[in-house]
Amino acid sequence: MKTTDLVIIGGGPAGMSAAVAAYESGVKDILILERDSSLGGILQQCIHNGFGLHKFSEELTGPEYAARYEARVKELKIPYKLNTMVLEINQNKEVTAINSEEGIFTIQAKAIILAMGCRERPKGALNISGTRPSGIFTAGTAQKFVNMMGYMPGKSVVILGSGDIGLIMARRMTLEGAKVKAVCELMPYSGGLERNIEQCLRDFDIPLKLSCTVAEIHGKDRLEGVTIANVDKNRCIIPETKEYIECDTLLLSCGLIPENELTKACGINIDRITNGADVDQNRETSVEGIFACGNVLHVHDLVDNVSEEAETAGKGAAEYILNRKNKSASIRVKTDGKVRYCVPQRITDIGDTTLFFRVSDIYKDVKIIVKDGEKEIFSRKKQKVAPGEMESIMLKGDILTEVDSGEITVGLEKLQ
Amino acid sequence: MTKELTCIICPKGCRIKVEYEGNNIISVTGNSCKRGYAYACDEAIDPKRTVTSTMRTVSGKLLPVKTDKPIQKKLIFECMKAINTSKADDDTKIGDIILSGVLGTDVNIVATGPVR
Repeated sequence: MKTTDLVIIGGGPAGMSAAVAAYESGVKDILILERDSSLGGILQQCIHNGFGLHKFSEELTGPEYAARYEARVKELKIPYKLNTMVLEINQNKEVTAINSEEGIFTIQAKAIILAMGCRERPKGALNISGTRPSGIFTAGTAQKFVNMMGYMPGKSVVILGSGDIGLIMARRMTLEGAKVKAVCELMPYSGGLERNIEQCLRDFDIPLKLSCTVAEIHGKDRLEGVTIANVDKNRCIIPETKEYIECDTLLLSCGLIPENELTKACGINIDRITNGADVDQNRETSVEGIFACGNVLHVHDLVDNVSEEAETAGKGAAEYILNRKNKSASIRVKTDGKVRYCVPQRITDIGDTTLFFRVSDIYKDVKIIVKDGEKEIFSRKKQKVAPGEMESIMLKGDILTEVDSGEITVGLEKLQ
Repeated sequence: MTKELTCIICPKGCRIKVEYEGNNIISVTGNSCKRGYAYACDEAIDPKRTVTSTMRTVSGKLLPVKTDKPIQKKLIFECMKAINTSKADDDTKIGDIILSGVLGTDVNIVATGPVR
């Protein structure tokens, strides 16, 4: 069996950044496996700008951001295989993959980094009543059609879901001549970034309807229209608010799901809230030597954060391969519910540790607190937190040394 | 005149208030950086946006492109028209200028990726 020190599954922003970080940490025998025909992942179809402000201090488009990492991968001569689909990984760190040149092959790795990204929540998961005509796409599929294949999915559009991809596609379809009639959001707030509501919707006078959903789909062969309706606080449709909108296209931007089929089949522990692996500060999963980073671990809103997390995983994997240290600590990171999830979920080595988390609702004038049992070990004031924006805090190593209950809880408290 | 706006410079999305008279800025509050200040001034007097799109190549492939700096908001659709009625060479590389001084402005259309 062929052996490789580090196999990275996925050649998008997470996989490339992890590869570069592992290489720079001393592991040279790396292989990236990518199922698409080029490196770059989903960034290739994200032709809008707004990427790289943190990482490169300039505003780049998706393909430009990807190109920076692709150039680095090529400069370091890190090997990669394209058009290659990984079929299975196991706890012995054997990776089985397939492509049309080599057929099925298995590689024995010393460490594996999972960087498979995420996929969109499909129509079938949304329970919308009515007919099943053509003209209904997830926003990312429409984005691929428009930006990479040059096809317009339709002329008059309703978008369900106000996640960033939905907002970006509202603008994109408008620029290419379509009429976007409404963006409907089930929740009372948008899941997208403020800046995208401003520059994608307000700039083009596209109405954003909050607490609103698509109640029914109409049309036999092609979509002819949708019935939209407001929802009450239990997210149930209020029948008297029903309104018919004529349209030939419905785009769905209703959330992203980490793509963890390989992870689950390998028996790696999954966090039920993130739908990604349960990891420690190095992004090592419950299976020793298997790491995860990027959107396969938890869905990020900024690619800059993906790259950063992938660097952590790359360095962690390199450390695992080169000089495995014993785990010096065991602290569980819990959340209070107002904080919905936190990554990493475990701390196994004491040092300065950054926690990334999302809140479950919009909260104003709060403090983020971390508790060890009843004792508050960290707090920071925050004017506003929202589910659409990932938050982070850094806990100093000397604070973590003093944790004696074996677990810490990240939460929010209202400021008096 | 007072204008309240959401800054689009970074993901933070600051709420900024601009007070102005004609073309003179009187005060900017709510921004948390210099770039936000500059954005707010522009936004009150002469709003600008970066346009990103795709352009066909001579052989019919697609090339991602952008304006190399923000262009006047009122020119966005004309800028799109200029992009959609032009063709890029098939050997265009990332960063290459494809249309210079689009619509008589100092804004260029540049390639943001390889031809795929």
